[in-house]
Amino acid sequence: MLISLFVACYNDALFPETGKAVVAVLERLGHTVEFRPAQTCCGQMHYNSGYHAEARKLMRHFLDAFRGAEVICVPSSSCVAMIRDHFPKMAVAAKDLALISEVGELLPRVFEFTELLIDRLGVSDVGAFFPHTVTLHSSCHSLRSLQIGDKPQRLLENVRGLSLASLANSDQCCGFGGTFSVKNADVSAAMLSDKVRCVLDTGSEICAATDNSCLLHIGGALSRQQTGVRCLHIAEILASTEDGGKS
Amino acid sequence: MTVRVGDAAKAPDFESAAKPLLQNTQLRHNVRHATDVIRAKRAAVVDEMPDWEALREAGRRIKEHTLRHLDVYLQQFEEKCTAAGGKVHWARDADEASRITLDIIKSHGEKEVIKVKTMTSDEIRLNRALEAAGITPYETDLAELIVQLGNDLPSHIVAPALHRNRMEVREIFMRKMGLKELGDTPEDLTEQARRYLRERFLSVNVGISGANFAIAETGSICVVESEGNGRMCTSLPRLLISLIGIEKVIPRFNDLEVFLQLLPRSGTGERMNPYNSIWTGVSPGDGPQEFHAVLIDNGRTTVLADAESRETLHCIRCGMCLNICPVYRQTGGHAYGSTYSGPIGAILTPQLQSMQHSRSLPYASSLCGACYEVCPVKINIPEILIHLRAKIVERGESPFSERVGMKAAGFALSDGRRLAFAESFGRFAQWFFERDGKLHNLPGILAGWTEYRDMPALPKESFRDWWAKRKKGGPG
Repeated sequence: MLISLFVACYNDALFPETGKAVVAVLERLGHTVEFRPAQTCCGQMHYNSGYHAEARKLMRHFLDAFRGAEVICVPSSSCVAMIRDHFPKMAVAAKDLALISEVGELLPRVFEFTELLIDRLGVSDVGAFFPHTVTLHSSCHSLRSLQIGDKPQRLLENVRGLSLASLANSDQCCGFGGTFSVKNADVSAAMLSDKVRCVLDTGSEICAATDNSCLLHIGGALSRQQTGVRCLHIAEILASTEDGGKS
Repeated sequence: MTVRVGDAAKAPDFESAAKPLLQNTQLRHNVRHATDVIRAKRAAVVDEMPDWEALREAGRRIKEHTLRHLDVYLQQFEEKCTAAGGKVHWARDADEASRITLDIIKSHGEKEVIKVKTMTSDEIRLNRALEAAGITPYETDLAELIVQLGNDLPSHIVAPALHRNRMEVREIFMRKMGLKELGDTPEDLTEQARRYLRERFLSVNVGISGANFAIAETGSICVVESEGNGRMCTSLPRLLISLIGIEKVIPRFNDLEVFLQLLPRSGTGERMNPYNSIWTGVSPGDGPQEFHAVLIDNGRTTVLADAESRETLHCIRCGMCLNICPVYRQTGGHAYGSTYSGPIGAILTPQLQSMQHSRSLPYASSLCGACYEVCPVKINIPEILIHLRAKIVERGESPFSERVGMKAAGFALSDGRRLAFAESFGRFAQWFFERDGKLHNLPGILAGWTEYRDMPALPKESFRDWWAKRKKGGPG
């Protein structure tokens, strides 16, 4: 299958390893990956901050960039939530019938990375090897918008060598919330300290998630506090293999 | 018209108000403990309901229908309540509602009132108006009494003294009731409150209540509570005045079947409230012989006019969005500077005040969506928060630096090549802040990030650079 990767702007700039890992997993499963360099951003930051005119432009650009793509893989639940929940709303608000139908055609082709593996490709064992203790943070968007359930967990459970430690209060927000983390930095930090305490209590080496945005936040505190625990996108764990995968 | 929501117009912004609260160890411990307890109770009594989702949907639809025909149901309520011997008053704003209430009390020459927990009275700042007119209000809800005696402000819409623990309550009671000794068990404290309140129940001639529901079909008022003090206030005095936000009306008596399941299970984690009082006008020889219902707008019709956010008025004030909110859990309710705190306060207060005040509240959320998930009438709070942020942006009231930043980001993200250029520029510019692969002391609004968290530097090669090289057959 030809799978088009929407890597997400912040992964492109800050977490290129996640994009590479998605490519590695999908190619290992026998698929062809394409990356359309015209792609930029889903517009989530603008939309959530109230800049809807800018968000509409970014939606327009997204639709143009992915025109004709059969399956679009996104290693970021919050971008998928933006596309599924808010693209249709913006199209309706624009009162543009062509746009509404264009968005309608786009939605069934967009998959978050773990959704793609399990729902579309029917794979829950990707042949990965990762001999470490890992805990899984459930991002708010994966949980409440995508209703992703135990898909990330099932994928991790099939990784050889990996020991999965359950995270207390895993449905509680880490306090990132995009611009919230800088506008309300103090409250955000208080929420983060709750999350960090729960992560450390698991005794894990790695905290994984479907979103690097949460992981940027959680990892920022884990690093600042010299905990020795680090964060990894789930794709990077699934990409690692016994013969030379990352660990 | 002057809409007032407590003292929210003068309250500091959420960010500044949160700072000292975050440093208050006792308060944070109390709020965390109390919300944990209510959440666990709520989870148990909601999980046992096979039709919970259907009930939520029913609650949402009844509210949606009522708001669409609010004019009809309010007039029906007036007609039925009047026919049952009640008197209905209409108040456009907080001051008018206070004036109406004061005039009624003054016409009877009374100097004291006993009050059931009513947030609407706090919203219109009734106690202050009463005191200014030489009338003494006695709060009889235990938590409201603690707040009143402690010269404090409510911090939760269901449990206003949730930020206080037993030791603090004991101290307040001893100081204000002039006691030399008092135990700190719940029994000791409630026994003392009972002794203090009984005298008022038996001597004061005016009761003031809010309303959980006003039933159009019958002209009845419904108040639910846990202590029975509310029933004392609504049955013992000769004169009773109920303050009712116009969104509290429901069409039929039978609609209570839905709401009296949703509200106690969500609000206090109980299957049923211990006291459910319903009265209709006056009954000769039984209970208050004069009843006044004050229907209060105070900004609600402005909220109703906005199709994107009018479901804010669905709220039945259960408080579950506060208990589940990870932001509220850190700060408690005082950071919101309003009668209404937590996620519902963050959308209600700014709207009631036509977005003239409380502009920081729509940003007091990480948009995690936990509130929407538990709301018994399915108010999409995160969506409304975003809508209110968009209103602020449309009016040009967002900070200048943010507007410039968003415009610049919008331009950089407008096509792939511009993004690639912006990334290269970022890799160059970060040189000023980079040490050991991390960025330190970022400027402007980003300083909030690096104060508490590390920020990794942009790697040398973006994903798109890597991909371009790989396609050319370079190292991949």
